[in-house]
Amino acid sequence: MAREDYEVVIGLEVHAELSTKTKIFCSCPTSFGAAPNTHVCPICMAMPGTLPVLNEKVVEYAVRAGLATECTISQDSKNDRKNYFYPDLPKAYQISQYDKPLCEHGKIEIEPSTGRKAIGITRIHIEEDAGKLNHDDFGRGSLVDLNRAGVPLIEIVSEPDLRSSEEVDLYLRKLKSILEYIEVSDCKMQEGSLRADVNVSIRKKGTKEFGTRTEMKNMNSFRSITRAIEYEIDRQVDVIDNGGKIEQETLRWDEVSGKTFSMRDKEDAQDYRYFPDPDLVAIKLSDEYIENIKNTLPELPESRKQRYLTEYKLSEKDANIITSSKYLSDLFEQASKICNNPKAVNNWIISDISRILNETEMDPLEIPFDSKQLAKLVILIDKGTISSSIAKKVLVEMFEHPRDPEDIIDEKGWVQISDEGAIKEVVLKVLENNPKSVEDYKAGKEKALGFLVGQAMKETRGKANPQMLNQMFKEELK
Amino acid sequence: MDITELTVHELQEKVKNKELRLYDITKAYVDKIEENEKDVQAFVTILTEEAIEKAKKIDEEIKNGEEVGNLAGIPIGIKDNICTKGVKTTCSSKMLENFISPYDATVVEKLNDEKMINLGKLNMDEFAMGGSTEYSYFKKTRNPWNLNKVPGGSSGGSAAAVASNMVPWALGSDTGGSIREPASFCGVVGLKPTYGLVSRYGLVAFASSLDQIGPITKDVYDSAMLLNIIVGYDEKDTTSSKQEKRDYTKALKNDVKGLKIGVPKEFFGEGINEEVKASLEEAIKTYKELGAEVEEFSLDIAKYSLATYYIIACAEASSNLGRFDGIRYGYRTKEFKDLKDLYRKSRSEGFGKEVKRRIILGTYVLSSGYYDAYYKKAQQVRTLVMNEFNRAFQKYDVLLTPTSPTVAFDIGSKSNNPLEMYLADICTVSVNIAGLPGISLPCGVNKENMPIGMQLIGNKFQEETILNAAYTFEQKIKFRENHKPAFRKGEE
Repeated sequence: MAREDYEVVIGLEVHAELSTKTKIFCSCPTSFGAAPNTHVCPICMAMPGTLPVLNEKVVEYAVRAGLATECTISQDSKNDRKNYFYPDLPKAYQISQYDKPLCEHGKIEIEPSTGRKAIGITRIHIEEDAGKLNHDDFGRGSLVDLNRAGVPLIEIVSEPDLRSSEEVDLYLRKLKSILEYIEVSDCKMQEGSLRADVNVSIRKKGTKEFGTRTEMKNMNSFRSITRAIEYEIDRQVDVIDNGGKIEQETLRWDEVSGKTFSMRDKEDAQDYRYFPDPDLVAIKLSDEYIENIKNTLPELPESRKQRYLTEYKLSEKDANIITSSKYLSDLFEQASKICNNPKAVNNWIISDISRILNETEMDPLEIPFDSKQLAKLVILIDKGTISSSIAKKVLVEMFEHPRDPEDIIDEKGWVQISDEGAIKEVVLKVLENNPKSVEDYKAGKEKALGFLVGQAMKETRGKANPQMLNQMFKEELK
Repeated sequence: MDITELTVHELQEKVKNKELRLYDITKAYVDKIEENEKDVQAFVTILTEEAIEKAKKIDEEIKNGEEVGNLAGIPIGIKDNICTKGVKTTCSSKMLENFISPYDATVVEKLNDEKMINLGKLNMDEFAMGGSTEYSYFKKTRNPWNLNKVPGGSSGGSAAAVASNMVPWALGSDTGGSIREPASFCGVVGLKPTYGLVSRYGLVAFASSLDQIGPITKDVYDSAMLLNIIVGYDEKDTTSSKQEKRDYTKALKNDVKGLKIGVPKEFFGEGINEEVKASLEEAIKTYKELGAEVEEFSLDIAKYSLATYYIIACAEASSNLGRFDGIRYGYRTKEFKDLKDLYRKSRSEGFGKEVKRRIILGTYVLSSGYYDAYYKKAQQVRTLVMNEFNRAFQKYDVLLTPTSPTVAFDIGSKSNNPLEMYLADICTVSVNIAGLPGISLPCGVNKENMPIGMQLIGNKFQEETILNAAYTFEQKIKFRENHKPAFRKGEE
């Protein structure tokens, strides 16, 4: 059978690091990138006799995430221990939530090419991150870095409602933008603060029973998720078509070869022996507490998008792109306010900025300039100080060596030539050097004018004001 | 006068009256350790030199007219599963043979705030798992009343050190009777406070929902005094309780008139030694003479406590002891071929037999397919036990039982029979299961002059009630005046 004869069923478990200042069970900082084992204390190193104390912010952030994804918030929740041995897990158990998660039964809406649909959220629970193993390149063993041990996470488990890699991509982007909007996670995928376990299975179209699923763990780029899913679907179709059976197993996606590999280790058939953590008291939330958080939730992407359609008259497509990231959306609104030209700001974000982000696989959050600088760029064009083609070069420069656009054009000498005398000089020179084109133009070939203007631009390295050039050529050639 | 015969409140009086310097006190204990430790073997770590230095310093401060608290310079012994910064905390295990904690337990901070002097760390059953202190990796502590007998456990070092006058008082920990049973075996007073009254931060966890730190002392007054120091809500332990601060010594009224004492008959049934039973019946008579109302009643659920206890305690222990994996601290095997080998060998070689037995039992009861039948069921029974105690306390102020079914037994007589060892906990575990306070105090001796312990159980946070009941009894029978440890070796 062909791939079209199968239905793809995908469910995601997304881990998002919460952006609380301190860890979930101690007061160590959560910031990324410190020297190994400097953000640690007896508690997150699991020294004998230490006890966890739940960071209330973590509960608040998780409840925010739950409310933003239309979950029911549990008023009676608890922490459980998930027991297993690994050197990055100093207590030999992870404090997580098992049968009483904080949030349940939510949903996120997406708009794939097949039409709008809701993806169910089974649950959102809080847990602690593990540390990190740094493997020695020379095979002399591994070193444990516990800076990340105890950084708070939420795990967002979806229903198996996703039917294609496109839907997964849209769901993940939507989820990421929601978490950014409500400011509970910075969702920096490269730093691993947003990562997904992807469960894929296939079944013959029309059947109700699920096929056996495979799981790809810790995926942290949109591109590899899409590639991995596509590969895995093909692989599963292949196995089944050849009379084989899919084994339930954990797979590793290899970016270089573009293939998944089995991580099978029979001894790893884990029994986590979950049980309630006796060191922590039950989490009881009052109606008032939940209501308070609900009231302080910021505007979510969906509602922003609607506002952009009416307030700024953006196209549906543009509004979708801009509101997909809180950072882009804030950039758009703030820059528009300053330069009073939302249309231009929109164009810059949709075209050049988005292109650069895509090419460099940069997260909008990492855009090195702010809304003021973007607004200045727009104003410089509007005032005629630079041409839009120069502006494109300025933007690239703003990405590479971030500074004010004025400084860039000053340094590079990119100020547009709008001085009449200077323009006239260039025009006369070009006319003199291109008698053939002059003849053509006079013979009625309008195109020749474009060529002459181009020559003048070349002469001025793009700095001449193109409108003035046009006008002056026409006058001289009358 | 032998200074070490005195209780802490008597010592305090003498310091206040300038009859004794703190140096004299500490020196007397150091000498006593020198004399008795070779027989009793109560210490894992002895800190005599540091102790004498500290005592001298505090004497100096007093001389200079500095304000020091009334417990400043009083020595204490600490069970070796309570973390002390800069001093080894071994849990009497090979696993932590050389482990030095980077921080002080909350209770140790409280002792330090009082400027009390740590004389040393006391022997115990490995990771507090046992009832005889025979499961210590380092040594077998002996009962000062008869050196061939066990001191009880797991806080056997603490109880034996107090009974043999090597420390004036000590801290122990109690998960299923580990303070009360050794106190009973050694003829001293042991109090297990209500779960949550004392912070567990810095107590190396055995079973988190059952563990409590408590005092082991010569008499009830000292018990109340030490309790005053160690109680209190701790933001580092969310299971600790916010209670109004009180002075427990104020509760010692030497009066039990009208006190309603319930005697659960199940605690006097099969397996309880006849001499123990007789002694307890004597005690009941004494209470009646003192004006208490004593009544027998049935606490039927108690018979399920022991099984419930061993399931819950082992389940929690199997998880709590996972961190001893040879990676960051503690024992690591010398040679290993991969990570799993490192784990297996380090834990197989680092833990003793009893600890491994309980880890395996606990792992089993939490395993998928068994969880519902064991752990979940045990939690349900636990709720029933709590409910039944609640009902009893609607009727009675105090429940009276033996602390242990027997007096101290011979070293080696039970160490190869875990089930029999577990049965010794039968009278004490339900108190931990229900999170209640319980105190053990001597109520008599048997024919061989071995002490017999009585347990008084109170309702949650009613330490004052049981302390007063114990104090009143103690004032009446004057056990310490009439009975002394013999330090003899029985028939070999």
